[in-house]
Amino acid sequence: MAIEVRNVGKRFGDFVALEDVSIRVGDGALTALLGPSGSGKSTLLRIIAGLEVPDSGEVVIGDQDVTHDPARTRGVGFVFQHYAPFKNMTVHDNVGFGLSVRKRPKAEIGERVAELLSLVRLDGLAERYPSQLSGGQLQRMALARALAVQPQVLLLDEPFGALDAQVRGELREWLRRLHDEIHVTTVFVTHDQEEAMEVAEQIVVMNHGRIEQAGSPRDLYESPTNEFVMSFIGPVNRIGDAFLRPHDIQILPESDGSGTEALIERVVHLGFEVRVELKLHDGRDIWAQVTREEAQQLELSEGQILSVRLPAPRVFSS
Amino acid sequence: MRRRRLPRAGARGQGALGKGLLGIYLTALVLLPIAALLAKSSSGGTSAFWREISSPEALAAIKLTLAASAIVVVINAIFGTIIAWVLVRDDFPGKRVVNALIDLPFALPTIVAGLVLLALYGKGSPVGINVAFTRAAVGLALLFVTLPFVVRSVQPVLLELDFSMEEAAASLGARPLTVLRRIVLPSLLPAIISGVALSFARALGEFGSLVLITGNLPFKTEVGSVYIFGQIQNDSLPAAAAVSVALLVVALVVLGVLSFVSQRQSRHVL
Repeated sequence: MAIEVRNVGKRFGDFVALEDVSIRVGDGALTALLGPSGSGKSTLLRIIAGLEVPDSGEVVIGDQDVTHDPARTRGVGFVFQHYAPFKNMTVHDNVGFGLSVRKRPKAEIGERVAELLSLVRLDGLAERYPSQLSGGQLQRMALARALAVQPQVLLLDEPFGALDAQVRGELREWLRRLHDEIHVTTVFVTHDQEEAMEVAEQIVVMNHGRIEQAGSPRDLYESPTNEFVMSFIGPVNRIGDAFLRPHDIQILPESDGSGTEALIERVVHLGFEVRVELKLHDGRDIWAQVTREEAQQLELSEGQILSVRLPAPRVFSS
Repeated sequence: MRRRRLPRAGARGQGALGKGLLGIYLTALVLLPIAALLAKSSSGGTSAFWREISSPEALAAIKLTLAASAIVVVINAIFGTIIAWVLVRDDFPGKRVVNALIDLPFALPTIVAGLVLLALYGKGSPVGINVAFTRAAVGLALLFVTLPFVVRSVQPVLLELDFSMEEAAASLGARPLTVLRRIVLPSLLPAIISGVALSFARALGEFGSLVLITGNLPFKTEVGSVYIFGQIQNDSLPAAAAVSVALLVVALVVLGVLSFVSQRQSRHVL
């Protein structure tokens, strides 16, 4: 089902969490709400889920205005940041909870739970309690629990935030593939631009309770419409009001007289990528991103003086 | 995998010291008095012991104590949980004052509590309720002195309870009552049980608040502790000791069962 949020506003006391926010999420799309903490992204997600009531505006799921409906009737699967497992129940009862409150027969619940546990690769753990699971397993149990009631939309709040880097990477890829399999309209919140770029088809960038820009990861990276999006998505050098991407800075062989003179202050090897920290002749610090091969060919070393060609910088009028 | 224990002489020394202190402390305060009590109660042999606790007056007192304690504990479990809920989840002016008020029954000498209850709910009651010298008075006084136990054991657990569990249940389609029954109450149950155990133990031994308002009528409002006091005054120490032992055994059994149930329940919750 498509989700449409229209002119939603929300305050908590004096704090403006959301101001006149409108987004549209297409049926079956995988969308990220991306922003720093306090940008209102979680509040927006909770408003879509019905866990928070907006002060103004409307929320439409499918073709129904659900603005004033309670969470329990919205047909929304919600995965909480810390998974919110029902600690007093087994994995089986956690996943089957939504079906059991709908009074489905036991046999049907058992079948569906087994099916879901195998989908999230938790087969054999049905009789465990949440306290006996790892973070990644809890995460997948929470996902299975949300999917059990066949929600019209799936909402995930910082789904990978509390996991260590390796598990996070695996789960991202897995969520991506799961979405290809079950095609439920999915919205997830994250503060990690890399995660948003990797998983989502559409990214909504938020800041201070407003939407800065929405679009495909590539759109946002290549044509950011403002400073915030430019500096939040992808690495950036800032020179006064102008912005340049580090990989757009070209380091020239010494002999070439064109370009700007620069001193290499530091060369950092990050595997395939090499970060070159430079001081321009006018004293400004920037950094360039080159590949390992380029760095080798140019024989970059600290203290070396060479010239660089800067791309036309992007300037945003505010 | 086997873990080799590193020799930590200092720590082990401290552990032994701690255990030793605990042993001496418990022996002096709990074990010796109980042993003395058991010795006293059995000084006339088992037949004398059975005779003492099966005297009609002693039996009536023990029965009343157990029945009143059981009823009071059930009421405490319900209202204590509701009070804790309101204090944690709701906001209202004067909440801090109300919160402080809960501990008042602990702070007030129980004899004063009895006096106040008698003045308020006795003969010439300003609110028109007279329960003096009735069994209702036993329950009333016990409710007063045991009020804080369940409230104070449920409150911290409720504060720590992950609210997103309830939100998750709601988003899965559960109505508020279902959320309460299937998520909240099972999580609170160990705390409720531990509060219940404490109030039960307290109710069994309560004396001060009961002695004035109940009138201590044998076969009617005389509870175990008051009966024991009467026997001591009549110089009938074996009878006093026998009833004490009976109450002690009941308390131990009930506390043991409750702690077992509570542990089973909290195995996965905490």
